[in-house]
Amino acid sequence: MTTLNILEACQLSCVRDDRLLFHDLTFTLCSGQVLLIEGANGAGKTSLLRILTGLRRAESGDLCWNATPIEHSELFYRDTAYIGHNNGLKLALTAQENLRYAQALSSATLHIDEAMAKVGLTGYQETRVRLLSAGQQRRLALARLLCTDKPLWILDEPFTSLDRASIELFESFIETHAKQGGLVIMTSHHETRLPHTLMQKIHL
Amino acid sequence: MKMPSLCRAFGAVITRDLLLAYRFRAELISPLAFFVMVITLFPLALGAEITLLKRIAPAIIWVAALLASLMSIETLFRADYDDGSLELMVMTPHPLSLLVMAKVISHWLIASVPLLFIAPLMGMMLHMEPPIIGVLLLTLLLGTPVLSLIGAIAVALTLGLRKGGALLAILVLPLYVPVLIFASSAIDAAMSGFAISGHLSMMCAILFLALTLTPLPTAAALKMSLS
Repeated sequence: MTTLNILEACQLSCVRDDRLLFHDLTFTLCSGQVLLIEGANGAGKTSLLRILTGLRRAESGDLCWNATPIEHSELFYRDTAYIGHNNGLKLALTAQENLRYAQALSSATLHIDEAMAKVGLTGYQETRVRLLSAGQQRRLALARLLCTDKPLWILDEPFTSLDRASIELFESFIETHAKQGGLVIMTSHHETRLPHTLMQKIHL
Repeated sequence: MKMPSLCRAFGAVITRDLLLAYRFRAELISPLAFFVMVITLFPLALGAEITLLKRIAPAIIWVAALLASLMSIETLFRADYDDGSLELMVMTPHPLSLLVMAKVISHWLIASVPLLFIAPLMGMMLHMEPPIIGVLLLTLLLGTPVLSLIGAIAVALTLGLRKGGALLAILVLPLYVPVLIFASSAIDAAMSGFAISGHLSMMCAILFLALTLTPLPTAAALKMSLS
């Protein structure tokens, strides 16, 4: 990841059920930066993330990935990984099969076994995801980030159901990713220990 | 950084869906059992009228296949929608319409191909002549993929609704009519000894039309359901 990537949001606004959640939201995120979105329940954090992934249209405003509007950019989805409230895992498939599927849809980086070792799931390759605990399933979903080649990570509450050690582990992954030129956008209720030099914050 | 391969993604969607179907193989039986049961009811209801049964047998088999397809298509995107993997499928650099096509193809393989295998047996049970059974199979082979392709649009549209089942039937059944008409007229022609190539060409045309045109609205409807 040597290229410089920029995500620009210009005067975004979001309306849900006739309620204005936010308006005139403008920010720029460059390679190597982490954007933390904070706000009370119902402030529109998830809605904002879904707008940033292009799954939802903003009421107004523009969103550009490397100076191309994301709806016209062929590269945006090549470069973006999203982990929402749902893990996007198939419970009836094994951990390995799930990761292999994720790699087939994008380009692979790490070997599956290495990615699973990194998130502490060695030995669970052949286990059906149904049999993993909630925290293990979340870790497997996050392992998807490590084994596919995506500069922009968009994470909705990535630390739900993780224990303290895993949270620290993932914070270190996020930090490494940013230092290697990646971009991270996340919401979190937890206090993050990421270095402040990397971080931008938006309070909705 | 190179672009990920579309063929690989297409294959991955098909293999994943087939693998999932294999893991839930007990569920594969239900459309098949439904198909057999519906057909079995007709001889019981009609009694000993073999000539009448022979006459309406192709229609019975076709309507049963149509209903079985409608029943199974409902689950096409449901699981993916619920567990979030649909979002991941949308967020790939590949055209969503082609990945949707992969899903529809695997659905056809899982839900309709077994019907093709059991249909000759059903035909024999209803006293159909072997050549007519052959024609019936041909029409089913050309027609059932169209049913899955058209059904996918309606399933994508009703995905956001909790109880979309009845609405789905109302949306889809009228669109199934052309397929049913051409299939039954092909079989009618075969039974009265006429050439069937015209009808079959028409069915081929419908199949290619559906293959090219339906994935686009399905993809658009899926994106709408997700937003």
